[in-house]
Amino acid sequence: MTEPEYKVLIGMEIHVQLATASKMFTGAASGYSEEPNTQVDGVVLGLPGVLPVINRRAVEMAMMVGVALGCQIASQTKWDRKSYYYPDLPKNYQISQYDQPLCGVGSVELDMPDGSSKTIRIRRAHLEEDAGKLLHEAGQPVSLVDLNRAGTPLLEIVTEPDLNSPEEARLFGEQLRQICRYLGVSQGIMQQGHMRFEPNINLHISADGRVYKTAISEIKNLNSFRSVERACQYEIQRQLAEFMTDRQSAMQAGKSTRGWDDDKGCTTLQRSKEEAHDYRYFPDPDLVPLHVDTHWVERVRLQVPELPAARKQRYLQMGLAMKEAAALLEDRAVSDLFDAAVKIRPLPKRIANLMLGPAAKIANARAGDLAATVRISDLEVTADQYAKLAGMMEDGTVSASAASTVFESLCGGEEKDPQVIAERLGLVQIRDTGATQAWVDAAIAHNPQAVSDFKNNPKKKQASLGFLRGAVMKLSQGKADPKLVGELLEKTLEKDS
Amino acid sequence: MTEPSTADLSAFELAAKISRREIKAVDAAHAYLNRVKSQDAKIHAFNEIYAEDLLAAAEMVDRSLDAGEKSGPLAGVPIALKDNLCTLKGHTTCSSKMLQNFQSPYDATVVTRLKAAGALVVGKTNLDEFAMGSSTENSAFGPTRNPWNPNCVPGGSSGGSAAAVAARMCAAALGSDTGGSIRQPAALCGIVGLKPTYGLVSRYGLVAFASSLDQIGPMTRDVRDAALFLNVIAGPDAKDSTSWPQTPPDYLRDIDRPPEKLRIGLPKEFFGEGLSPEVSKAIHKAVDFFRGHGAEIVEVSLPHTRYGIAAYYVIAPAEASSNLARYDGVHYGHRTAHAEDLIDLYAASRAEGFGPEVQRRIMLGTYALSSGYYDAYYLRAQKVRQLIKADFDHAFKACDVILSPTTPDVAFELGAKSGDPLAMYLCDVFTVTCNIAGIPGMSLPCGFSPSGLPIGMQLLGPLFSETVLLRLARFYETAHDWHRRKPGDDV
Repeated sequence: MTEPEYKVLIGMEIHVQLATASKMFTGAASGYSEEPNTQVDGVVLGLPGVLPVINRRAVEMAMMVGVALGCQIASQTKWDRKSYYYPDLPKNYQISQYDQPLCGVGSVELDMPDGSSKTIRIRRAHLEEDAGKLLHEAGQPVSLVDLNRAGTPLLEIVTEPDLNSPEEARLFGEQLRQICRYLGVSQGIMQQGHMRFEPNINLHISADGRVYKTAISEIKNLNSFRSVERACQYEIQRQLAEFMTDRQSAMQAGKSTRGWDDDKGCTTLQRSKEEAHDYRYFPDPDLVPLHVDTHWVERVRLQVPELPAARKQRYLQMGLAMKEAAALLEDRAVSDLFDAAVKIRPLPKRIANLMLGPAAKIANARAGDLAATVRISDLEVTADQYAKLAGMMEDGTVSASAASTVFESLCGGEEKDPQVIAERLGLVQIRDTGATQAWVDAAIAHNPQAVSDFKNNPKKKQASLGFLRGAVMKLSQGKADPKLVGELLEKTLEKDS
Repeated sequence: MTEPSTADLSAFELAAKISRREIKAVDAAHAYLNRVKSQDAKIHAFNEIYAEDLLAAAEMVDRSLDAGEKSGPLAGVPIALKDNLCTLKGHTTCSSKMLQNFQSPYDATVVTRLKAAGALVVGKTNLDEFAMGSSTENSAFGPTRNPWNPNCVPGGSSGGSAAAVAARMCAAALGSDTGGSIRQPAALCGIVGLKPTYGLVSRYGLVAFASSLDQIGPMTRDVRDAALFLNVIAGPDAKDSTSWPQTPPDYLRDIDRPPEKLRIGLPKEFFGEGLSPEVSKAIHKAVDFFRGHGAEIVEVSLPHTRYGIAAYYVIAPAEASSNLARYDGVHYGHRTAHAEDLIDLYAASRAEGFGPEVQRRIMLGTYALSSGYYDAYYLRAQKVRQLIKADFDHAFKACDVILSPTTPDVAFELGAKSGDPLAMYLCDVFTVTCNIAGIPGMSLPCGFSPSGLPIGMQLLGPLFSETVLLRLARFYETAHDWHRRKPGDDV
């Protein structure tokens, strides 16, 4: 039997840990800690008599994400208890938002690798508290509970099933992480669980002149982009195979929850529909509904920076190539530095070349030495210095290769003025016509073969011109202005013929 | 008239005498400890007594006062705390096997405020387990008895606090009131009990039963003491999101100024079937008193009162089922010695740790919140809640204060209702609607039955009308001496 036509539908649930200083409902420190059960207090532990108090900063961060995803921000939102028993959940209920999420419907443009984009609808985004962790030690009859993570603010973002391939699912995750990083609401370190993904997948299969919809499966707790893509790929093939062998059960199974085994590269059934939890949601009587007035939303809106998608459009309009724009946009600090430099001297191409050329090279080398991430923006070079150096390239004060040398000296050197460095290193281009003409004449005199090729062999005309230009630069020890050299060379050779 | 003994003084009088150095705090502490020693073996008001700490703290108060240092309004006054209020000192058990050995790492906000005001803690008082009950018989540590007749219950769930105040084992106490748990035992023990407006007193550190209904309040010898204690414990608390953000007034300032031209409403639904003739008689005498002193008496209607108990027994257990989910044997509290797996650990720990009434309410609440039943129970009960609130809003257009009996009858004998949960639930028929609406209510003594048991009158007012309630109650109190009567010691 041949494989039928089918369409993939993936909706994503994404949990983003918000990088607040304290937890969602209490002042205990939030964030990663080696030592178990050190980021806790009475509220985190769920002691008798304690009460939750809303962390305003977490609400604002969630609103920022909502604004970035084009969501409607609710004017009133409330808190609900979601009940289930598990040792990593000290109260045996999680404070969440059931029917009045902080952020309502929205949409975001997903940038595709071919340069096109598609709209992904957002269903909702709501705030809740994270659970702790259970540590199972092999061979031990007990499990240990670490509540450091318990109570950390989580934003759960839910999309409509608008993602149509594993690649799109991965791209969406990557771009959402980039947005969160731009907003400063998450560092987006996947290894530390800052973001967790749960794709909901099914297929619309065309066969026998009709469309069959397979039962939705939700894959829990994926914490890398690679696993998102792989798990989706696996699940598509699994649903397809199930459909081919047993059409009825593939469709009527009801929604199931599956886990991803990264080592084996497969998903396994965790829970079928019959075993679904009854979470007994009800409004948390310890918290009052939160009113979000328009002034608050506006204040938050002002905190939202220009996002990567908008910046990308702007960079392309400036004349940067797609690849350059993407490289600059990867990190907000780099993009901000670029924007600051361009604002001082509107020379985007030259500034981008400096950042992605010598700056990137130095940053990479340092990263290698330190075995850590070093961004271009972590170098000691300021926007002013970028602007000035780009200006020096633009007006011919230094050549591109001289600019690289100046840049190296700016990194970590004492002198902060690129002009002074260029002068000290003797890298300032000589634009004196007399001196340049003398080097041109000398080069012509010393390279008769090239001169002859230039004049008599049209096929070698350009090559010989390049050769002669190199000879002039060599004579000038790299100080001659290449533009002036080119002009004088051509003029002199034409005149002689 | 002979000078009253130290333990017979009101908290207000005792605080004044201690600050004037007419009585030493240490002597007052001894006086109360002697009362505890002679009375508590039969009453069993206390779960735990901190005699040494009380005396040490009293000595510090004396030293500080002798040195002329500024003192708080309750300096040296020995008080008791219901054992569902978290204290750093000793255990906080909720009279449950589940928390028998639990020690709180913090003080409840009210405890911090009382300490700051100079109050000294005699001990923690008995209650119906997790405040669920109306007789203090549902305690894992045995029942408390009524000081007026030890064969009778003191009411509940703050029965230990009520009995301790009535038997002069402390100058005053704090209780908590979810459906009448301050007012009903106050009525049955012949003392004053005030349930403040929801949000006036911080719930931080009160072990939650039903969060949207729970309030902490004073249980005192007289009305002026209630005002004194409310002054200390009321006010905003950043740790409780439901606490009212405004600074409350000084409840003592005008306490002795009678309220002017008050309209007192009598809800007709509270005077029907089920009200005992002796209670009815006492209440009507009180009404006559107010009428005789110029109050306008009007009949009002609270038509949804009849649904109050039903709504309460959906909302309160629903919240309780969630609030008590944390007692699971995993992190703290009772853990079963024999468990096969995780589910077994949960089930056995909770089956062993919770008494039958707590288990009954957890099951009721879990059911009411379950998928498919939520709309029929919890949501409908919330609608009834709105109707009950609207009843009060409407009634308070026609009157300033509502007057009613606190309970349908006087204290009953131990065991009389413990086999019949519904009969027990009906003890709260006059008190629950006040919690459901969030309004303030208080009970004060207004007579005795022929058998010598106290009768309580309930006053209800609009939100934040404590000043009016207290002044009206104080006006009644100063013209009567019910609150000065005390139970015999050798009963």
